[in-house]
Amino acid sequence: MEEFSARQLRERIAAGEVNSVEAVKGVFKRIDELEPTIGAYISTCRERAMERAAEVDGRIAAGEQVGELAGVPVAVKDNMCTTFGATTCASKILENFHAPYNATVVEKLLAADAVIVGKTNMDEFAMGSSTENSGLKQTVNPWDTSRVPGGSSGGSAAAVAGRLCYAAIGSDTGGSIRQPASFCGVVGLKPTYGRVSRFGLVAYGSSLDQIGPITRTVGDAALMMNVIAGHDPADSTSVDEETAGLCDYLAKLDEPIEKLKIAIVPEFNAGAAEAVTKALAEAIEVYKNLGAEIVEIDMAHLDYAIAAYYVIATAEASSNLARYDGVHYGHRSEKAADYVEVYTKSRAEAFGKEVKRRIMLGTYALSSGYYDAYYLKALKVRNLIRGDFAEAFEQCDCIMMPVSPTAAFKIGEKVDDPLTMYLCDIYTIAVNLAGIPGISIPCGFDGESLPIGLQILGSAFDEDRLLRIARMFEAQTNWNEKKPPIVE
Amino acid sequence: MEYKVIVGLEIHVQLCTRTKMFCGCAVEFGQEPNSRVCPVCLGMPGVLPVMNKQAFEYAVLVGLALNCEIPGFTKWDRKSYYYPDLPKNYQISQYDLPLSRNGFIEIPLKSGRSKRIRIIRAHLEEDAGKNLHSAGNYSQVDLNRTGTPLLEIVTEPDLNNGVEARALGVELQRIVRFLGVSEGDMQKGQMRFEPNINLVISRDGREYRTPIVEIKNLNSFRALERSIDYEEQRQLAEFLESGKVIEMGNKTTRGWDDQREVTVLQREKEEAHDYRYFPEPDLVPVELDKRWLEEIRSGLCELPITRQMRYVNEYKLSDYDAGVLTSERAISDFFDEAVKAGGDPKRVCNLLTQEGLRIAKERGSSIAELGIKAENVAKLAGLVESGTVSASASAPIFMQMVETNKDTWSIVNELNLIQKSDAGELEAIVEQALADNPDAVKDVTSGGKKSKKARGFLLGQVMQKTKGQANPKVVSEILTKKLG
Amino acid sequence: MAERIDEEQVRKVARLSRLELTEGEVEEFTGQLSAILEYVEKMNELETDRVEPLAHCLPISNVLREDVVKESLGTEKTLANAPQRDEDFFKVPKILDDSFGA
Ligand SMILES: [Mg+2]
Ligand SMILES: [Zn+2]
Repeated sequence: MEEFSARQLRERIAAGEVNSVEAVKGVFKRIDELEPTIGAYISTCRERAMERAAEVDGRIAAGEQVGELAGVPVAVKDNMCTTFGATTCASKILENFHAPYNATVVEKLLAADAVIVGKTNMDEFAMGSSTENSGLKQTVNPWDTSRVPGGSSGGSAAAVAGRLCYAAIGSDTGGSIRQPASFCGVVGLKPTYGRVSRFGLVAYGSSLDQIGPITRTVGDAALMMNVIAGHDPADSTSVDEETAGLCDYLAKLDEPIEKLKIAIVPEFNAGAAEAVTKALAEAIEVYKNLGAEIVEIDMAHLDYAIAAYYVIATAEASSNLARYDGVHYGHRSEKAADYVEVYTKSRAEAFGKEVKRRIMLGTYALSSGYYDAYYLKALKVRNLIRGDFAEAFEQCDCIMMPVSPTAAFKIGEKVDDPLTMYLCDIYTIAVNLAGIPGISIPCGFDGESLPIGLQILGSAFDEDRLLRIARMFEAQTNWNEKKPPIVE
Repeated sequence: MEYKVIVGLEIHVQLCTRTKMFCGCAVEFGQEPNSRVCPVCLGMPGVLPVMNKQAFEYAVLVGLALNCEIPGFTKWDRKSYYYPDLPKNYQISQYDLPLSRNGFIEIPLKSGRSKRIRIIRAHLEEDAGKNLHSAGNYSQVDLNRTGTPLLEIVTEPDLNNGVEARALGVELQRIVRFLGVSEGDMQKGQMRFEPNINLVISRDGREYRTPIVEIKNLNSFRALERSIDYEEQRQLAEFLESGKVIEMGNKTTRGWDDQREVTVLQREKEEAHDYRYFPEPDLVPVELDKRWLEEIRSGLCELPITRQMRYVNEYKLSDYDAGVLTSERAISDFFDEAVKAGGDPKRVCNLLTQEGLRIAKERGSSIAELGIKAENVAKLAGLVESGTVSASASAPIFMQMVETNKDTWSIVNELNLIQKSDAGELEAIVEQALADNPDAVKDVTSGGKKSKKARGFLLGQVMQKTKGQANPKVVSEILTKKLG
Repeated sequence: MAERIDEEQVRKVARLSRLELTEGEVEEFTGQLSAILEYVEKMNELETDRVEPLAHCLPISNVLREDVVKESLGTEKTLANAPQRDEDFFKVPKILDDSFGA
């Protein structure tokens, strides 16, 4: 049963062939066995999950209609608010925070009868690309436990790869779904900005953040999108269906795109490690064999994406994280002598290094005298980058590129050099600046048997086509069926 | 040496929406602490704001009333500062693209003149909560007010003294009440003022400007006026003593001590106030097309000062009476309606300002809530005008109108208050009174100093016999005829 | 290399950010932020005088809510996560300079 995709599991549970309680038990057996090594979860909710599974099984037995994820054990990144358990963002400042409300995405999962088994580890406040910045624990890559799972949704990706759930939800501000998915050999989709409600997602970079699925198959990603996508009146930046359209992502998933036109950016892609460029080239070959036409394009401003991103994201973060001040909720320093020290000491004690660094950087970029040179400049560069994509999509259906310059790196390898770490986001960041959707799917392994991801980018609100293009590849290959040795 | 006071005002007006600016919490004054709070206004992790349409439309309406340009595009920004009553530690406000700008307000001055004060901008923002300091060695925070829609109005420094500033405050209060967008209740903090004050001094052919002082959070007209007057004297004295003039960064902030009626230094230098404004990423812009703007404009009415001038010029009411009638939209509307129904403006005015306001005050309501019909008031005015009822009888009639809401004419009949003006009928009653009071008659005819008083007494006797229904004018004529 | 940001500026930014930094952190951040800012200045290679700033990629405007009351959390839930409370209030050390306004 463990090797069922979420979609297969849902079908069999609904058909009464297997039941949810067994599936949840299986997941927790794996958690008991592997979680001490992988460390994917910040918290799990075994009892609650078992109860819900039994309830769903009961409803199926009674012949009732059940939701699209009925009985499927899923995990949620710990930056989405839940009324059950804590919502920590992997930060000491929220270690004991209990949200009085559910994120819209969580509500939607529950309405679809999913069984939430736990909340996954991440870089603190989603700031990072390795999950090493978690203030609460370390997650390792199930393929090689000396390596990072990627980040910031490292816990979600590791949980999916390690069979600690059937599917998971992550969030992506600069690659935080796609990069860990590629490092862990699973599928990760960052939807168009505005496609999935952010209500209840603890904000990092508000104009960039987007929630999306991390799954074992493209079909599962489509299934999850069917559940979580759509307009939410509680999120002013969630786009209405009249503007964005909305469709059944599973309905035409297996229909290939006719006369597919793929763009690649050769000069840009050349910066990746050899194993990565090789895997990319092989993936392109697969599409060629399916009749796709390849066009080479030049995107003049992609090189500036990291610079613009680290100004915009940190500026927004400096403001978003101002609320963690020890007054209304969260950690308060016991050493504060006056109310200003409640702020300065609580924040100093409970925020990790990377969070502090980004708050400082963002505050600086917005401060008087520097706003124009940094923040405003970055917004202009952002416009140029969006223009590059708009132009590109006039010539192609999708753009393909690596997800990351390398496969998963070693734990500790880059922690002391933030800039080098930032530079690894080169292939994922522009997508968030432009607001477009991007998917990462497994496309091979490097010399050390570490998974490599293929990134496919589509135009805004075109997730349907993006998923079908990804599925074309998946149907021809079997990369996603490979399992980390630890779960063999 | 000569000097001039220069004052610009920043005014915060609380809009009377049912709910807060960005969440569905009720806006209600005086509730249990922290009982009108939700995850959104509490600034919890993950929450997002959604804009209140009514607040936006109210704000635009005020912009229109203040003769502002209303741009077709406006957006939101975050203003950062740390304070315990501001849970997100930023305020959602408007920075470079406010919803209205470049307007003006006419303020009434003594002697029926008015002065035009330019408005730089009016924008929407959310209010903070309240810090309370009365508990002892710590402070308490109540977030009920957090997120209440506020309109911030900023004037050019066109005001020249406390009286003008007060007049502006009063006029603005009248406008927002007329428009129905704010109760403008000062006691509930629904209008708060922050004047910026300095002096321009001419001495020996040179001009000096004193450093600007901002006075924070004034919440009464009196404090507004007095604090400016106080600053005028204080800054003058300070200049004479130290010669200190305006420089970059020597703006200071002072508070108003209501008890001692002095301003108190709060912050010496404009301490690194770096608000780090940037576009609010959680909200999308507002585009106001012509149709929507016109829809909002239809909520506009003739402004109080225009009405006041009309009452004085067209109806020849006193400035005072016109002011009373235009203090509230409901009174003014009622007055206009009664005049339109044929009532003589002066008489309608007297009925409303005397009887109407007295009864309304007793009942703690407004004239509009008394449930009387404007056309009945017009009729009553007509009856007084024609002498059918006496002026003094209008009081019980008015009261009866409030109580029964019957037609004026039936009330007059029921109370039997039709004034007796028939000379023949009255003559008999007068003769009877003269016969009953020979002493008084003697006093009158003797023409001595008791004459006037005795005459009044006789008139009173006649009125008493007729239960007040005699027309005093006619009675007086008969008395003159009989007694000379 | 000319430092993009010096220790004094780092201290100022830390004050604005309400972060207490140790001397070691000030030094560390000065170096790291300088390196990052130097990298970020790569943006200056681009001519952007005639480029509009883009704060948002969304194709929408006018997202408005009707003025309809929704239930609040209630005092207990509002204060449930409060580090310190005093009756029905959030409790903080005495605020002395109460001069901020809206
Ligand atoms: Mg303001
Ligand atoms: Zn609220």
